[in-house]
Amino acid sequence: MRLDGRFGAFGGAYVPEILMPALEQLEVAFLDAQEDEAFAAELGALLATYAGRPTPLTLCRNLGTDKARIYLKREDLLHGGAHKTNQVLGQALLARRMGKTRLIAETGAGQHGVATALAGALFGLETRIYMGAHDVERQKLNVFRMELMGAEVVPVESGQRGLKDAINEALRDWTASFADTHYLLGTVAGPHPFPLMVREYQRVIGREARAQILAAEGRLPDVAIAAVGGGSNAIGLFADFVDDEGVRLVGVEAAGKGLDGGEHGATLLRGRPGILHGSETYVLQDEHGQISESWSVSAGLDYPAVGPEHAFLKDSGRADYVGVTDREALDAFALLARSEGIICAFESAHALAHALKVADQVTEETIFVVNLSGRGDKDMEQAQRLLGALA
Amino acid sequence: MTARYAAMFHRLRQRGEGAFGAFVMLGDPDLETSARILDLLVDADADMIEVGIPFSDPVADGPTIQAAAERALSQGVTPSQCFTVLAAFRRRHPEVPVGILTYANIVSAPGRDAFYRAAAEAGVDSVLVADVPEMEAAPFVASAIGSGIAPVLIAAPNTPRRALARIARMGRGYTYCVARSGVTGAERAMELDHGALLGALAELGAPPAVLGFGISTPDHVRDALGAGAAGVISGSAIVKLVESGDLPAVSAFVGEMKAATRA
Ligand SMILES: Cc1ncc(COP(=O)(O)O)c(C=O)c1O
Repeated sequence: MRLDGRFGAFGGAYVPEILMPALEQLEVAFLDAQEDEAFAAELGALLATYAGRPTPLTLCRNLGTDKARIYLKREDLLHGGAHKTNQVLGQALLARRMGKTRLIAETGAGQHGVATALAGALFGLETRIYMGAHDVERQKLNVFRMELMGAEVVPVESGQRGLKDAINEALRDWTASFADTHYLLGTVAGPHPFPLMVREYQRVIGREARAQILAAEGRLPDVAIAAVGGGSNAIGLFADFVDDEGVRLVGVEAAGKGLDGGEHGATLLRGRPGILHGSETYVLQDEHGQISESWSVSAGLDYPAVGPEHAFLKDSGRADYVGVTDREALDAFALLARSEGIICAFESAHALAHALKVADQVTEETIFVVNLSGRGDKDMEQAQRLLGALA
Repeated sequence: MTARYAAMFHRLRQRGEGAFGAFVMLGDPDLETSARILDLLVDADADMIEVGIPFSDPVADGPTIQAAAERALSQGVTPSQCFTVLAAFRRRHPEVPVGILTYANIVSAPGRDAFYRAAAEAGVDSVLVADVPEMEAAPFVASAIGSGIAPVLIAAPNTPRRALARIARMGRGYTYCVARSGVTGAERAMELDHGALLGALAELGAPPAVLGFGISTPDHVRDALGAGAAGVISGSAIVKLVESGDLPAVSAFVGEMKAATRA
């Protein structure tokens, strides 16, 4: 490896030795492509003419207060329905560059699976998506979308039948298939070079948002807020603000049914350092090192580990991490729909819920940028059931 | 830390035999049966014993060993209970080399040093961590050696020469060579060209090469030893028999596989 893949004490590449050459090949391809203007031009063109970048930065008309202005970075408007498409296009170009003919990926909410499936269709690559059987049940529409675009969706029955188990299965596939297959990991977790590479392909979110807020307000925001599952939409938003000391960075984890019970996905708030899926990072685990089950109403935040750079940002104090419960997220989801006419993903509703909480308390003018990481279509069935039950 | 392995390899070399290593998951189907199975493996002439300490997310394992880990964890088996079983085994069998195969989070959860110390106190000879490649191995190796445990590293046919050189330097006891790509499992046989790997490891002065992954028939044993391996480890094939509950079949299988090392 050219780099050690570390973010402070976190990160690294904890995989069976047989996968190391595949990771090295990927690292080389990624670093070379970063220097290649033709690659950047092709990715830029795809993002603009296929995916629909730049996405708007929308000032909420009805949410917020006269002191608190809330801007939404509209990744929900990106082709595919979530920020996932940004980095999938980057990795798909790399897969082609490496001569791979097959893509595999894990998916939780199904958004990353959908993004990978669209890239597979676009580039003519055979595509297989591993998805926890529990998530297959709760994200049926996305399963159908993936299949429509020609991907094979494999339900994973092992473990807790969620995102964690889908990643296990994808890694197992890759240890046998790396010669012709690229593992298109969906977030800033996993072994080096994934956390670094996915961040660089998601950085476009914050780069645009920074320029857009400067144009709209003539100054930087006070707070940038994003939901954290594996951490890719949050890192994508944070990356270009990290050096702006005045901008508070807040990651929102799934507090599920409450942080004090066992049913949440709040890895940074309730986990401790460990090693999972190739990376040294915070992990929800028991005293013996067995990985705990996580829970969130949103499948994309239902993950017992987190990208290693978030572990670093937490320990270094540069970013703060908070929890939002299922109930708070659902309320924010419904409120956004009613007040702004925007139906967002359950994941993104976690970020918005936190912004609304803070906005209510500010006494000085405060500008918020909230990453609206995805749209809510995939969650319609669940929303109907859950909000119907609340009403 | 390497004395039992060295004595075993020396004894086998004098007899012109290869080493047969038998792998089982501790706690599968339960700890008491595991203890009995370990005795039975030795009685059936296994030269070295490898045991898994179950982990919830075993990414290097195929369905057979995953299921064994799940059975053990569903019994609530913990690493310290595993160490108790191993300590008792050591009292009954002072000479047989015993190695642990597990995952990084199991080793780091109590603290690396504490894990390796507990292993040493249980009379364990070596620890192999399936998801720690050479690139991340240094702190694990230092901690293992500091506690008197031999760190066993994995080498694969696609491992580059410079990494093999570091594996040769850091590893102790034996070198675990994977015979094919993919995860553990008896479903797919050996397939990668390990002749070149075994040659390179010998040249680099690595600890004796033992071939694992997919070793499930006496022919596999003969092929591996013929290619220059000092021994073989069979896992999934044994775990499958344990799963079926047919312990006499476990003995018979181990006996047949060991016989093939004497060819
Ligand atoms: C819309 C949306 N937001 C957020 C996430 C969480 O992932 P990450 O933390 O990597 O952005 C997902 C994952 O599926 C998602 O679909």
